[in-house]
Amino acid sequence: MNIDYANEAPVVEGRLSISEIEELIASPIDWKVDRNFKIALSITLTFLLIGAVCLGLSFYWGIGLWGNNQPVGWAVPIVNFVFWVGIGHAGTLISAILFLLRQKWRTGIARFAEAMTIFAIMCAGIFPLIHTGRPWLAGYLFPYPNQHSLWINFTSPLVWDVFAVSTYFTVSLVFWYIGLIPDFATLRDRTFSKVKKTIYSIFSLGWRHSHRNWQHYEKAYTLLAGFATPLVLSVHTIVSFDFAVSILPGWHTTIFPPYFVAGAIFSGFAMVETVLIFVRKIFHLEQIITLNHIEKMNKIILLTGTMVGYAYGMEFFIAWYSGNPAEQFVFLNRAFGPYTWAYWIMVSCNVIFPQLFWFKKIRRTIPISFIIIILVNVGMWFERFVIVVTSLHRDFLPSSWGYYKPTLYDMGILLGSFGLFFTLVVLFTKFMPVVSISEVKAVAEGAQPSHHGDSN
Amino acid sequence: MDKEMKIYGVTGLFNTPDEIIKAAKETSSTYKKFDVNTPYPVHGMDDAMKLKPSKLGFITLGFGLTGAAFALLFMYWSMSINYPMIIGGKPFFALPAFIPITFELTVLFATLATIIGMLTFFFNFPFNKHPLHDTEYMKSTSNDKYGICIESEDEKFNESEVIKFLKNLGANKIETIYYKEEIIPTVFTTKFITFLIIVFILVSGGTYYTLNKLLYIVPFNWMAEQDRVNVQSASTFFKDGFGMRMPVKGTVSRELIPYVYAGQMQQPENPIVNPLPSTKEVLELGKKKYNTFCSPCHGNFGDGDSRLRGQFPNPPSLHSTKVREWKDGNIYHVITNGQNVMPSYASQLSSDERWAIINYIRALQRAKNASETDIQLVQKGTTK
Repeated sequence: MNIDYANEAPVVEGRLSISEIEELIASPIDWKVDRNFKIALSITLTFLLIGAVCLGLSFYWGIGLWGNNQPVGWAVPIVNFVFWVGIGHAGTLISAILFLLRQKWRTGIARFAEAMTIFAIMCAGIFPLIHTGRPWLAGYLFPYPNQHSLWINFTSPLVWDVFAVSTYFTVSLVFWYIGLIPDFATLRDRTFSKVKKTIYSIFSLGWRHSHRNWQHYEKAYTLLAGFATPLVLSVHTIVSFDFAVSILPGWHTTIFPPYFVAGAIFSGFAMVETVLIFVRKIFHLEQIITLNHIEKMNKIILLTGTMVGYAYGMEFFIAWYSGNPAEQFVFLNRAFGPYTWAYWIMVSCNVIFPQLFWFKKIRRTIPISFIIIILVNVGMWFERFVIVVTSLHRDFLPSSWGYYKPTLYDMGILLGSFGLFFTLVVLFTKFMPVVSISEVKAVAEGAQPSHHGDSN
Repeated sequence: MDKEMKIYGVTGLFNTPDEIIKAAKETSSTYKKFDVNTPYPVHGMDDAMKLKPSKLGFITLGFGLTGAAFALLFMYWSMSINYPMIIGGKPFFALPAFIPITFELTVLFATLATIIGMLTFFFNFPFNKHPLHDTEYMKSTSNDKYGICIESEDEKFNESEVIKFLKNLGANKIETIYYKEEIIPTVFTTKFITFLIIVFILVSGGTYYTLNKLLYIVPFNWMAEQDRVNVQSASTFFKDGFGMRMPVKGTVSRELIPYVYAGQMQQPENPIVNPLPSTKEVLELGKKKYNTFCSPCHGNFGDGDSRLRGQFPNPPSLHSTKVREWKDGNIYHVITNGQNVMPSYASQLSSDERWAIINYIRALQRAKNASETDIQLVQKGTTK
């Protein structure tokens, strides 16, 4: 863990002292519930309620209320699942991969991104469950001893998905909590309210900032980061297997795993940045989540957006190069068939607009960045829509071709998942430190000894 | 100071990371039981405190390998031994297809074991009653100060000497931390047992309610209670009121052998010949089909003693001279075409089944009207 921080640009701007950093991050938790908070929460709760009503009606009347039907059986619910799982990936990338790469600017945004990972997987988890039609029987997805000695099919990608997503959720939650323990201890020692102190004491587990603990803690953090890195790559790889292992033209391609992972990071960063732009403004964290952070995230969006664009191109090339008429038909149909509108929304939002980030001025201008990343969010939803729907709607039998349209219930449930996500985000910003206090303190100027322990 | 209070240790605070590194170095050369408290991990502190490398990785390794072995062995056992099944042409032990779950379980076991092991085994957490909690020292090191705490358990510990030692190091706010020795309360208090009982009642009641009640109410029961027509029940949907439908006109079943006298009311002059021998298998089949289709009206032994309690006219006995003298083809004609109120059974019984029933009826007739020779044969045990 001995890294030379001496000659790098400061991560925290404005030469804040360590206690000023703590004040800046921790004080919003003690703010009174204000009008803005109430407005934000009521909007997100309204969305959540709309989703809950649509879901309740779907449970009562059955999933015939949705647009799914032959030949498009995997429709918007699966689109939403892949969309939300993808959003989650940015959090683990920031907290684990950037940690292993010693990118210390990650400290300002890691906590928030990890929280978003957890909330996004919660939203994602809803969709495959409700798509089964009877989610209350979801326990059958796990191997359990039964009188038929019947086991789940361990060779099925759908079962891999169950294991991948549930492992990913558990590990992300643990990773997030481990990061929160020292901050809970700091909050415990700051607060004067007895109730808050009890809560923080319980969650801090009695952390004492002891270096004998820090030593193991840092080791555990590195180990966890080491595991979370292949895990995050495996999760979206396995999600892509749901498609790629089938033999359907348009899904049966080996490019899917890297293409899905790149897309996941792309959409995840866009979502993290969307929310952070508001958070840094509302909580006055501009010195900790700086313009440099925004610029670096924009660079990653540019990189992964271009990778996704390459994958779009390569899919067409392989379809032509394979000489397989079914493949060729699917891709031509994708770009110029009935769903041509969705395809070109996807290409323009994901590939064309992010190219503007080649210009430094645009990378560092928040309003323009914001518009571009909103488009990226939209584009990535359409990417999954294009993959799922256009591959299915015209299968091998022209007599069973169809045109899929989502119903109001489909869209209501999607809105509800956004409601759930942002409700959790709003509550998180209110009750927990949105930035890791101890990690940012550790990268502040003058926080580390000048000669790395060689001082005498 | 209270007499019961014991000394936990002596603490001192420092303002910069450089100072604390220096202080830790000096302390570690004199004392063994001491700790450094810093708001974040200070680099170089491991060496300054002369700490051995963390052994946490061994837990990770051990449990990671356990997870991998468990996943592989479990999938091997369930898919190759307990319920072997070939799926997608893969071998029973389809290693490549087992890799994803093996990987996921490795990660899950390793990370959970690392964290739980670290918190409980290495840190002894949760530990909210530690003497350092709620001290000024803790509050300062939580914020922006760097503290050192020399504990009374150290062999060389002597309060005044330690205070002097810390002063020489340049520490400010030197403080002696006291604690009260507490008797650890037994786990089995009334409160805890009540808690256990409540948890037990909630979990078992919840499970019972879910499995026995909740899954049988709307909408959870909709797979079990569908809008459908049960066998033999009436229907208001069809004009004729029957739930069960006749085959569409012109439907030909696979084993159909066309009957030459189909639709003819009178008995034919030259009835067709029974192709089936009267073997044991044929008689068994005939008995089964007779009991299913014929016995409700004709009675179990063909006496015409209907079980339908007058809801349908009783048919004549099958043991009348007329029926006994009929050729097999005459009975076949009645079963196939129907007679009076008896409907045709051609759509429900294949021609072989009809012939088998006829053979069985012949056996019933012989049993009910046995001759002397038959009785002698039965007594000898050589009935043919």
